[in-house]
Amino acid sequence: MIRLEDVCRYFDVGDEVVHALDHVTVEIPDGEYVSIMGPSGSGKSTLLNILGLLDTPSSGSYSLDGVNTSTMDDAELAHVRQQKIGFVFQSFHLVPRLSALENVELPMVLAGDQPTARQERGMAALNRVGLGHRDDHRPSQLSGGERQRVAIARAIVMQPTLLLADEPTGNLDSASGKEVVKIMEDLNQQGLTLLVVTHDPAIGERARRQLKFRDGRLAEDSARVA
Amino acid sequence: MQTRDLLRFTAVSALSHRLRSALTALGIGIGVTAVVLLTSIGEGLHEFMIAEFTQFGTNIVAINPGVQETFGASAAVLNTERPLSIDDAEALRRVPQVLGTIPAVQGNASVEGNGRERRVIISGVGPDMPEIFRFKVALGEFLPDDDPRAPRAFAVLGSKVRDELYGDLNPLGERIRIGGDRYRVIGVMESKGTILGMDLDDAVYIPAARGLEIFNRESLMEIDVLYAEGASVEEVKEGIRRVLLARHGGEDFTITTQQQMLDVLGSVLNVVTFAVGALGSISLLVGGVGIFTIMTIAVRERTFEIGLLRALGALRGQVRAIFIGESILLAGIGGLTGLLLGLLVVESLKLLFPAMPASYSVPYAIAAESLALVIGLIAGVWPAQRAARMDPVDALRAE
Ligand SMILES: Nc1ncnc2c1ncn2[C@@H]1O[C@H](COP(=O)(O)OP(=O)(O)OP(=O)(O)O)[C@@H](O)[C@H]1O
Ligand SMILES: [Mg+2]
Repeated sequence: MIRLEDVCRYFDVGDEVVHALDHVTVEIPDGEYVSIMGPSGSGKSTLLNILGLLDTPSSGSYSLDGVNTSTMDDAELAHVRQQKIGFVFQSFHLVPRLSALENVELPMVLAGDQPTARQERGMAALNRVGLGHRDDHRPSQLSGGERQRVAIARAIVMQPTLLLADEPTGNLDSASGKEVVKIMEDLNQQGLTLLVVTHDPAIGERARRQLKFRDGRLAEDSARVA
Repeated sequence: MQTRDLLRFTAVSALSHRLRSALTALGIGIGVTAVVLLTSIGEGLHEFMIAEFTQFGTNIVAINPGVQETFGASAAVLNTERPLSIDDAEALRRVPQVLGTIPAVQGNASVEGNGRERRVIISGVGPDMPEIFRFKVALGEFLPDDDPRAPRAFAVLGSKVRDELYGDLNPLGERIRIGGDRYRVIGVMESKGTILGMDLDDAVYIPAARGLEIFNRESLMEIDVLYAEGASVEEVKEGIRRVLLARHGGEDFTITTQQQMLDVLGSVLNVVTFAVGALGSISLLVGGVGIFTIMTIAVRERTFEIGLLRALGALRGQVRAIFIGESILLAGIGGLTGLLLGLLVVESLKLLFPAMPASYSVPYAIAAESLALVIGLIAGVWPAQRAARMDPVDALRAE
């Protein structure tokens, strides 16, 4: 359960203050499928970074599963990211030196898991995105769609409850984009809370709930209109 | 994160830029090679000098006139009040545990024999010299046990003097002239080689009392005392001191044990070895700068990866460990390469120049490798700290 209350995020740029997020209040229950849309610079990525505990609000409060995140220190935030949150980025962010399986295992390596457990769960995650047969390929030997699917496998290998995707199809052709969205929707079907930032209305409309941002403000929330 | 995973991750990262990592490691490697090479030569020199000194045996005490702080300060010889005499040397024979003494005086003079002439070292000694200095007679006999104050004019030739003056002829019984006096050759020494630049084979050995006459001296330059194996050096020293104090009425002499000489020599050579080792370490420092540069570049290149690691739950400390680990790994591998390279160079030097003293010094090799690791650590700290301090959002945005 995500609860944002009056969240603002300001950036000082020279003499000016940019209101990347401006008094955002929103609640997202577990298992929800949410798309986040809005023009460039409207604060979508900033919101996702705050939800993913990579960034902290300038004011307002964010509580995740009933815990106020502003009370957490660096190590606790890292632990929550590791256990509860999966990230999918527009440019995949795979480590080029590691094989597909090793990239998927990376969160477990950081968590200090044993190699046998890692291999098992890593392969299971790769199979889930349909890439079990590409486990020893380097990112450079995979297509864009395949790379993003490896990134999704990496995001879910720790069995998080929240998947945050920032323009996951932005670098993909529409066919592989659809495939990637389909995989994430399947995961959502199995209970994962899914938040997707997108510029593509066709993808945005597939979500059960749609948030639209403008100038850092939550301009439209399909749940509230309904 | 488990240690072996950290190692694997850093190794994979280092291997992803093979050439660059190899060159960086080589910088450290050359430093370690320099340390190994220089200290091996220093250590070889050390062993060579010790061997030079101990070839005379180790149970020897030397007595010099004057009060000296360390051996070799011969300036102090000049202001002695009651110089060492042949009678002193005789008296010291009666000190408990003393097996023999050599009254010694030395100088250069020309020798004529068999119609030839040669400038050699003239060594005035006593009949105990072969035993005390482990210096064997090859032909004939050594100086007899004459009255030390009025010995007969006998001479024993060093092997080189014999070769130069007599060639293959038998010199025994021949007459030679030294400084105007006539001597009869009664023996020839075995070849002993040189010690500290002094050719013992290019010398003629005559009784000390006659040496004093030739060089127009009142007193001896040194008395060497051989004591029994297993006797306490301190007791022997004390016995010598008591006898000389009684004869001189004051402490106007210096007693130096072989061990003291070795200690002083050893500490001088240790300083030399340490100094050349330190010189070699400077190239290690240069290698450290190379690692620092490469690690700084690596942090910049892998910025998104740092953000990614943080997003995947890595602590700042883990990010720091990954980069410091890589830095230490580069230095460690470079160091090991340097050790091998150093070993190779030392061994080939020994093959090429058998006379050159070189001896692989294990403690310095270990010190060099440890220093390499420490330099890797230090070189990695700043770049790794920069990586650990990065804001994950900023890092992820970097392309
Ligand atoms: N670190 C920062 N420093 C200064 N300004 C920032 C920073 N991060 C974001 N901003 C500003 O905040 C605003 C919102 O940025 P954000 O990246 O959230 O937009 P976005 O909706 O994701 O846009 P896009 O669709 O182009 O990705 C922008 O005006 C941006 O310039
Ligand atoms: Mg964005």
